[in-house]
Amino acid sequence: MATIFGINLFALFGQLLVGLINGSFYALLALGLAIIFGLLKIINFSHGALYMLGAFGAYLGLNYLGIDYWWALVLVPIAVGALGILLERTLIRPIANEDHLYSLLLTFGIALILQGLFTHWFGSSGMPYAIPEELKGGTRLPFMYLPDYRAWIIVFSLSVCAVTWYIIEKTKLGAYLRAGTENPQLMQAFGINVPLIVTLTYGFGVGLAGLAGVLAAPVYSVSPEMGSNILIVVFAIVVIGGMGSIGGAILTGLAMGVVEGLTKYFYPEASTTVIFLVMVLVLLTKPAGLFGKEA
Amino acid sequence: MNAMMNVQSHREKLRISDLHAFYGESHILHGIDLQVNQGELVTLLGRNGSGRTTTLRAIMNMVGKRSGSININGQETIGMPSHKIAHLGLGYCPEERGIFSSLNVEENLMLPPNVRSDGMSLEEIYTMFPNLAERRKSQGTRLSGGEQQMLAMARILRTGANILLLDEITEGLAPVIVQKLAEVLTMLKERGLTVVLVEQNFRFAAPIADRHYVMEHGHVVEQVEAHELKDKTELLNTYLGV
Repeated sequence: MATIFGINLFALFGQLLVGLINGSFYALLALGLAIIFGLLKIINFSHGALYMLGAFGAYLGLNYLGIDYWWALVLVPIAVGALGILLERTLIRPIANEDHLYSLLLTFGIALILQGLFTHWFGSSGMPYAIPEELKGGTRLPFMYLPDYRAWIIVFSLSVCAVTWYIIEKTKLGAYLRAGTENPQLMQAFGINVPLIVTLTYGFGVGLAGLAGVLAAPVYSVSPEMGSNILIVVFAIVVIGGMGSIGGAILTGLAMGVVEGLTKYFYPEASTTVIFLVMVLVLLTKPAGLFGKEA
Repeated sequence: MNAMMNVQSHREKLRISDLHAFYGESHILHGIDLQVNQGELVTLLGRNGSGRTTTLRAIMNMVGKRSGSININGQETIGMPSHKIAHLGLGYCPEERGIFSSLNVEENLMLPPNVRSDGMSLEEIYTMFPNLAERRKSQGTRLSGGEQQMLAMARILRTGANILLLDEITEGLAPVIVQKLAEVLTMLKERGLTVVLVEQNFRFAAPIADRHYVMEHGHVVEQVEAHELKDKTELLNTYLGV
């Protein structure tokens, strides 16, 4: 067994890989939450449920509609995004001008209903979803074995994050999003259809959650609780990165996955709490978050 | 261009009748009437809190609730959402300037969509405001107050807006920049643009304005044509508390 300074490299790299994969999901989910919070100023508690819905979308598509993984990767995020647009137009929009607590409770309620429905239909034990044929192999690296599907998750989700970041920071569409985050009323007075941008942003943000759900289906079991389990951690990540900071959400998501992985190796007992510990430390020293602007 | 302008010189661009505006429970405007023709520059004068800024915001439908009639180019807009009003050719420059800090100077400049086809080109803008050209990659809010005001003006000129609503554009600026803004406004008038100017600095507004509306407590209490200024100076001083 390969060890350096008493460190088991196989185990260490293994945990690092798990950390990177978890980090990829954190990044995708935190990115969606950050975009939605930026423009809509709502804390989208249904994000985890929509992620779960994405995984179930892949599962149901495969078993009942003959939609394979690759088609699910395209179709499910669009379907989840469309559902998000419907939710925004019919439920979130009418209370947009009320206190933020209302939208928080509303989206929390939506999450509970979705989770309850899927528990009722499928039970809580979880469904298996096979890794697609093309990604079943793996690569033997000097210190570890890297399954293709795990490598795919990291590469694909980080590419999606990078493209989203580029669109927001470098394009005209992104300028609308950034300006709308600062002063939506003035932007609308300039002749930009802000309500439409808000709806599309919400649809895009939850579409990312749906995409993460499809990606997750083959590695985590598809279960109604998968969303609520991950969401609390993702909220902590958004807080650490800084509310509304796009790049901050991505980098923090990935970094926290790695931190969690390393903790699993060095001090496994703390691995489920380490992110919250980081959150407390960040809030004490930099209340606006690592990448947030001081208010 | 000039011939066309002369034909249309008396055309009504903006007519407001019995405009009421509310923020939540507060009733701010109590029945405003005013009217602006093409190529005219009119000012809204009055003390702070008299309702001048609210009048501009109500025209853009940026208040909580409004009622009455606002006719722009002959079209009733009281039931129109804010973003459609802009496309009738309106350019709004808010008192706080509204420069976006997450956008650089050029992104700020390019943000508002064109509302008409004959706006100023980027080259024209940069010739008129050379400082903006130099700092085009700077973060919008890193500019000096004067530069930010230039940017806020340039931003709506680029869109081709031909009815400008300008709120306190000289506030807190150095005399040399106020002078520059006076030149810009004179040039815009020559081009036939229509301007509604909320202004505290009466000496800035007096030489370029065609008409003044004096506001108090959400009412228009006096209307003074440019040629009546001499006779009504006393009266204006009482209202404005100069």
